[in-house]
Amino acid sequence: MEFSEHIRTANVEDVELRQPLQPAGRGTLCITGHHLLFSVRGDGGGRQLLLLLRSVDAVEKSVENLWGHSGFLSKTAHTDRTSGSSGTITIKCKDLRVLQLDIPGMEQCLNIAHSIETLSCLDRVSDMFPFFYRPVDLRLQGCWGLSSPEGHFSQAQELHQKWRLSSVNKDYLVCPSYPPALIVPACIDDKTLRKLAKFRQGGRFPVLCYYHRKNGMAIVRSSQPLMGANRKCCTEDEQLLEAVIEGSDKGYIIDTRSSQQAQQARMTGGGFESKSCYGRWKRLHRQMERGKALQESLIKLVEACGDESHNMDRWLSKLENSKWLSHVQTALSTAGLLAECVERDGHSVLVHGSEGTDCSLLISTLAQLIMDPRCRTLEGFLTLLEREWVQAGHPFQQRCAHSAYSHARVQQESPVFLLLLDCVWQLWRQFPLALGFSEALLLRLASEVYASDYGTFLCNSDQERCLLGVKEKTYCLFQALLRDRDLYSNPLYEPTELAIWPSVHPQSLQLWRGFFLRWTPQVRQLEEAQEEIRHMVMECARLALSVRDTAARPSENSS
Amino acid sequence: MPIRNKIGEMVENVRLLERSCGQRKPSVGTLYLSATHTIFVENNPETRKETWVPHSMVSGVERLPPSPTGSQLILRCKDFRVILVLIPQERDCVDIHASLARLSRPEKYSELYCLSFNPNVNKEQREESWAFVDLAADYRRMGVPNNLWVTTAANSEYRVCDTYPSELFVPKSATPAVIVGSSRFRSRGRFPVLSYFHQDTLAAVCRCSQPLSGFSGRCQEDEMMLQAVMKSNPGSDYIYVVDTRPKLNAMANRAAGKGYENEDHYTNIKLQFIGIENIHVMRSSQQKIVDVGEMRSPSMTDFLFGLENSGWLKHIKAILDAGVFIARAVADEGISVLVHCSDGWDRTAQACSVASLLLDPYYRTIRGLMVLIERDWVSFGHKFSHRYAHLDGDPKEVSPVLDQFLECAWQLSEQFPCAFEFNERFLIAVHSHIYSCQYGTFLGNCEKERRDLRLREHSHSVWPQLWKERSQFTNPLYQTDLSPSQGVLRPNTSPYCFKLWKGLYNHTEKSMPPRQSPADFLSTVREESKQLEEELTNQQERLTALTGKPITWEKVAVPRRRRRTDCQKHGGPDPPATTHGRLISGPDGQTDRKAPRKDPALTLPLRDTDDFSACSDLESGVADLSSRSSSGGDDNKEAELE
Repeated sequence: MEFSEHIRTANVEDVELRQPLQPAGRGTLCITGHHLLFSVRGDGGGRQLLLLLRSVDAVEKSVENLWGHSGFLSKTAHTDRTSGSSGTITIKCKDLRVLQLDIPGMEQCLNIAHSIETLSCLDRVSDMFPFFYRPVDLRLQGCWGLSSPEGHFSQAQELHQKWRLSSVNKDYLVCPSYPPALIVPACIDDKTLRKLAKFRQGGRFPVLCYYHRKNGMAIVRSSQPLMGANRKCCTEDEQLLEAVIEGSDKGYIIDTRSSQQAQQARMTGGGFESKSCYGRWKRLHRQMERGKALQESLIKLVEACGDESHNMDRWLSKLENSKWLSHVQTALSTAGLLAECVERDGHSVLVHGSEGTDCSLLISTLAQLIMDPRCRTLEGFLTLLEREWVQAGHPFQQRCAHSAYSHARVQQESPVFLLLLDCVWQLWRQFPLALGFSEALLLRLASEVYASDYGTFLCNSDQERCLLGVKEKTYCLFQALLRDRDLYSNPLYEPTELAIWPSVHPQSLQLWRGFFLRWTPQVRQLEEAQEEIRHMVMECARLALSVRDTAARPSENSS
Repeated sequence: MPIRNKIGEMVENVRLLERSCGQRKPSVGTLYLSATHTIFVENNPETRKETWVPHSMVSGVERLPPSPTGSQLILRCKDFRVILVLIPQERDCVDIHASLARLSRPEKYSELYCLSFNPNVNKEQREESWAFVDLAADYRRMGVPNNLWVTTAANSEYRVCDTYPSELFVPKSATPAVIVGSSRFRSRGRFPVLSYFHQDTLAAVCRCSQPLSGFSGRCQEDEMMLQAVMKSNPGSDYIYVVDTRPKLNAMANRAAGKGYENEDHYTNIKLQFIGIENIHVMRSSQQKIVDVGEMRSPSMTDFLFGLENSGWLKHIKAILDAGVFIARAVADEGISVLVHCSDGWDRTAQACSVASLLLDPYYRTIRGLMVLIERDWVSFGHKFSHRYAHLDGDPKEVSPVLDQFLECAWQLSEQFPCAFEFNERFLIAVHSHIYSCQYGTFLGNCEKERRDLRLREHSHSVWPQLWKERSQFTNPLYQTDLSPSQGVLRPNTSPYCFKLWKGLYNHTEKSMPPRQSPADFLSTVREESKQLEEELTNQQERLTALTGKPITWEKVAVPRRRRRTDCQKHGGPDPPATTHGRLISGPDGQTDRKAPRKDPALTLPLRDTDDFSACSDLESGVADLSSRSSSGGDDNKEAELE
């Protein structure tokens, strides 16, 4: 294996590991191509740490030479071996955990640090662990994922009159970031689609992402129109959008940029749907932060959470300064606006920003959770994520290469998916009974999206996944999560048909402690409370069952 | 224009809007002004909803300039409700304003509601209500008197200190002469006495006021008193003296002949300043936090800036830090602590009661919190009538001191969801009774004043009433048997652990159909489990009778069954025999849960709207509220449930 060239020291004895919420341990450290393995000495394999190297965000090392401290050196035999020096490696993970390793021997320490640094950011997707992960109890099977666009369409009978499934993108030629099958208005043929795809950035022409069964209205998403400085128009694009609102008086376009940003986008070839060409569409601009700004916001927030000064003013000002909660507020209120247009106002909506791969997905997902009870079950939610993020082409590989601790320059990284999870957590907190999944699921997703045994979040698009054979050679995370139903379902779940309108008042939004303060002891108390809730509900169900059984017994006995 | 007294009169066609409850459209009805309440009855024949506001809850009435639709009054309440009233005739409005302004500021205790309110109970019941919280029983529960701490008769008839209770515990070695001498050297005569005794370590939490030391004064008896406190803890050779004030304030007091203990004069003490600000700072800080809560549609930046600017959470943190310091000294180091501030009735009460809450699980029960408030606040002379403006008086004396203690309890319950028997509703109910003057419990400024007012003969205690309603105050997650809640709480006081107490400062949910509350759901689940359990036992008994043999095929015992009523064992009107040693955990029944079981489906309606609606504008007056923009696209999109 070529990984071995990055491993100069594979094993170190007598290493001390310090990690949050656990006592420090001394034992053996081992580096493999994908993992860091630590086993506590003399513990019979009881306490171990298996860390996926991919989940390491930053490595910091400090080496000290102990010759300087002569009083320290009573253990001469020991110093012979390590030439009197030792080092500490601080490992900062993408799930915000911070570990420290005290390693005897400067050279070993530097070797280990080097291996972790290199192996944690391998570029080639096919070198990544999901391609090597082979759990004993599972077998790679034909079916990868929970649903397919085809399956989704054939199940949704109510769509069939006005919409059709197009395979215009079957070779990924029309739009490289879209899946092969897409739902479009029935009256628009593939030839028209091919033409109008050229009018949308990256070929992401408007496709159906949600159909509101209560009133037949739709959410359609796309990328920005390539209007350019010359105010180009595209008749086919207008036709398609006209077909979306056929039979209705108007439609709304929610542009996730400010109108000024949309105007400016014309200079670089982009733009917006002008009133003159799209007369029956009303544009609403909501500026959402994306890209680098969002990544920096995350970095600032994580930095604030690590502040040790115990100063309230400082904390509140750093929290404010990070703007993370403002982004949560904007995302939820824009999603609320979208849902309101569809559910209350009864009109179809087109959502886009510029590329249509980030904020558009964020608010369409949240709006579906708000409106559609079918998305709120455990399966429903995972299917929604698969459809709106994995299949719809959110560039996970680029966005989640690094997280908040990394010293690497921010390139394409942006925690849009994490922002989604945070918003979903806010919904979950405001409606503790309405969602079928638990906070544990959101936390698991938040770490899996950055580093995973599974292939679900690999690559940037369906096309890339097919090229690399992700669906054949790796396991699907969503299927694995469904096997752990007990852990990931919400014991309090009471399905409701009603829409769940979130409050976006600042007082109603909170810092997601479970994630951002996950490694502080305080969060343990909250977890304990969740366990207790689960226990209570299960206990009640168990008793109900016993009562039923006992009631049935006498008749059995007498018969 | 002469002012007509409006008591006993009514005004029709009044519009009322309770914005703090998230109400959108004003309701039309009739406004009555009684001697004790403002009452509004809706015209709508189907609902006839009534709104009652006791005059004692009104903190301010403001009259806006008249508009074509009428004149508007804004009623601000001490529980942070804000009620808008639109009265068609300006004349009526002026009169009501004047009457309310007078009624909400009674000058004499006899004008207060609780002294005119006569619930239908006889003398025995009234006396019983006052016996409900028995402080002597609580001291016995914590193991005093014993061979370290004894009662003293020094303050009988309030001779030594008129703001202390007559029953006090002091170190066994403190002679009456030392007590009297020490009290002369302490501000307002408040000499060191026992607040809480920790049986596990034999360390104690004591309280007093600042010494009258000035720059160089000293007092032998006072030094002996502190020595006696130390000696009452056999395991230690020093005590902590916690001055809860910022050091600068304490030093400034020296110029006025007061100050703090000089470590050169007092041997074996370690002085610690905590830095809780004074009542004036707290008063203005709370006003700022209330303003933050009332902002119409603040951005996240506005909100967080307002929160920071108010300083409120910083103050709450300081109080909790004081409690943590004391609890740690007592439980972990086994060192006794003497706590004081200036007069020893505000910050000292906060620090001592928070420490008790952390040290002893009993105070985390519903009855325990009642006992704690009765001991550290009511009996030790916290000036309720001054601080909570029961009577018209000096506005500079008003300050939300006890509000802050209740908030500390709330912040802790957020951090330890399973450690408290009571829920947020209980804390809010206590908060509102502190201000409402509906019961006699919180009237007056000290025990002596209460006795002189003969409150026990003319009013009732609030505690039995709250105890009766305890089913709605119970936290379903409460566990008596889990280790962290069993003993000492060790909270994290990092700034990120504190939040704005939305339930108190933002009443959106109050008059609404219940929100989605996991607590209600769990209460139902718990109740259901209990019934099923009983049913199961019954069935199995019948089965045994039927088959004539004991059942072996099924285990009935439910693991981790929680007990909810064991707090009744102590402190009640009829306390058990005194024990010197540990608490006896006697057998107790799982009775006492008579609240009718609710149908789960009924307890879980989706919550209605939330504060998104608070964004709608009120600047232009009540009448405009009914016109709301309806469709998509505008900036004030509202999210709500149909």
